[in-house]
Amino acid sequence: MTPAPQENDTSTVVAFTDVKIGFDEGDVLRGVSFEVMPRETLVLLGETGTGKTLTLKLAAGLLRPTQGKIEVLGQEVSSMSEAELLPYRRKLGFVFQEGALFDSLTVAENVAYPLREDRLSEDEIEKRVQEALGFVELEQTGDMLPSELSGGMRRRVSIARILATRPPMVLYDSPTAGLDPVTAQTIITLILQLRDVFGVTAIMATQRLQDGFGLANFRFDPESKRVVRLEEKEGTPGQNGEPATRFLVYREGRIYFEGAPEELAESKDAYLQRFLASI
Amino acid sequence: MGEVLTDAFKQLLANIQDYSVMSGRALLNLASGPRYFQDILDQMDDIGVGSLPIVLMAGFFIGAVMVLQTGTQFVRFGQTALTGDVVSIALVRELGPTLTGILVAGRSASGIASVLGSMVVTEQVDAMRAMGTDPSRKLVTPRVLAGILMLPLLTALNDFIGLLGGCVASVFSLRLNAVEFWTRAINALDFADIMQGMMKPLVYGFILATVGCYKGLTVRGGTQGVGRATTQAVVVASVMIIGADLFLTKLALYLGDKIF
Repeated sequence: MTPAPQENDTSTVVAFTDVKIGFDEGDVLRGVSFEVMPRETLVLLGETGTGKTLTLKLAAGLLRPTQGKIEVLGQEVSSMSEAELLPYRRKLGFVFQEGALFDSLTVAENVAYPLREDRLSEDEIEKRVQEALGFVELEQTGDMLPSELSGGMRRRVSIARILATRPPMVLYDSPTAGLDPVTAQTIITLILQLRDVFGVTAIMATQRLQDGFGLANFRFDPESKRVVRLEEKEGTPGQNGEPATRFLVYREGRIYFEGAPEELAESKDAYLQRFLASI
Repeated sequence: MGEVLTDAFKQLLANIQDYSVMSGRALLNLASGPRYFQDILDQMDDIGVGSLPIVLMAGFFIGAVMVLQTGTQFVRFGQTALTGDVVSIALVRELGPTLTGILVAGRSASGIASVLGSMVVTEQVDAMRAMGTDPSRKLVTPRVLAGILMLPLLTALNDFIGLLGGCVASVFSLRLNAVEFWTRAINALDFADIMQGMMKPLVYGFILATVGCYKGLTVRGGTQGVGRATTQAVVVASVMIIGADLFLTKLALYLGDKIF
């Protein structure tokens, strides 16, 4: 796994500048600008169809903006050709909403897929697959097909698949959508582990507010291997290597709110209150 | 009304452009790496070996039917010995390649469209791209190459089984001698016939694989869209194969005159 960024590393990992994208039906994103710092988790909230998934796909270079500039990991994604984007994307992890596992491959083959693309040795692949499946506690499912797994297990395998490549940056597209609360908590715990053990920077689109606050208020303690509440004495989020969580709320293709979790929670804005009550 | 037609025409042109770009890239990918040999073998197995039973069965019956139909006409002139010549030329030049093309289009173009379409709607194609894999190289090129390589082989087998079916029908229905049937069938063919018969399936294999891939990768509208794409893939590939047959036959006859 790529080591966690140094404490004094202040260069932005992601920078969107006045990004627009639209389709036949009209513009979906109408001039979006934001930054994500190292080890930070940006939680994207918004009603359905406001462009959360599009933002993630733009960051991964899967879509091209009609206007604006997107920089990720020091590369200007918005101006790269498809041939240049392929090696760039291997440095990212993308967890799709339903897992997007290859249904004709076994679980182990799914996790091994990006490693085979990187032409690693079979011994190394075997080792990393076991490690990644062990991390999500699914070692015993290696020979099973994705169709034999539950929804939550498929998401865990998709996290193992990105973990195997050890990316410094992960994009989560509604990782807990459609899951029961207990399984959703398991997924959030894995995301906390990726952040706090491996120092992953992340953007997470979600419809569940508690996912965002889960990331903001808790951390995974590698020593006790437990999720613990972030204490104030541990430092200000984002400083001294502490994980930081920031919220971004989309409304009609624009950023309606950007700020810390407590600012969102204490906001008196009528739309935000109504929106937050609805999710 | 005029605007609707203009939009439809523009859409058609855009589709033709996208299809041409996808097909051209599928071939250009062969010139550089990475190449997915295992996927090529898997697709050759699926398109080639998988289509063998239907191609052989249909070939046998069509050969036998041709003998019955032509034989009844030759009986009137007392020329049943010519049956082998007619069946052989018709099968090798025309029926073998075209029938194989349409049969494999029905089986494999639909299969390709449904597999790729399902991968699109479940975001597996996006996941592939997100992991740095070019779907054109991983999904399209192996299928197109397998189509081009397998169709001539399937056609050759279809021709042989068709002649076998014709021979059986000749012996039992027209009371012809089997050796005479085969001798006349083989002697009736010249090099230009074989060339024509083996050139066409190369193009048919390309058509059915590219149409299947294009329809699959451009699926819109969830599982219903996959169903539509599957049907369209078979229809478009079959019509394109028959349309291409006309031009290829003309070209082959021209080349046959000039070269062979």
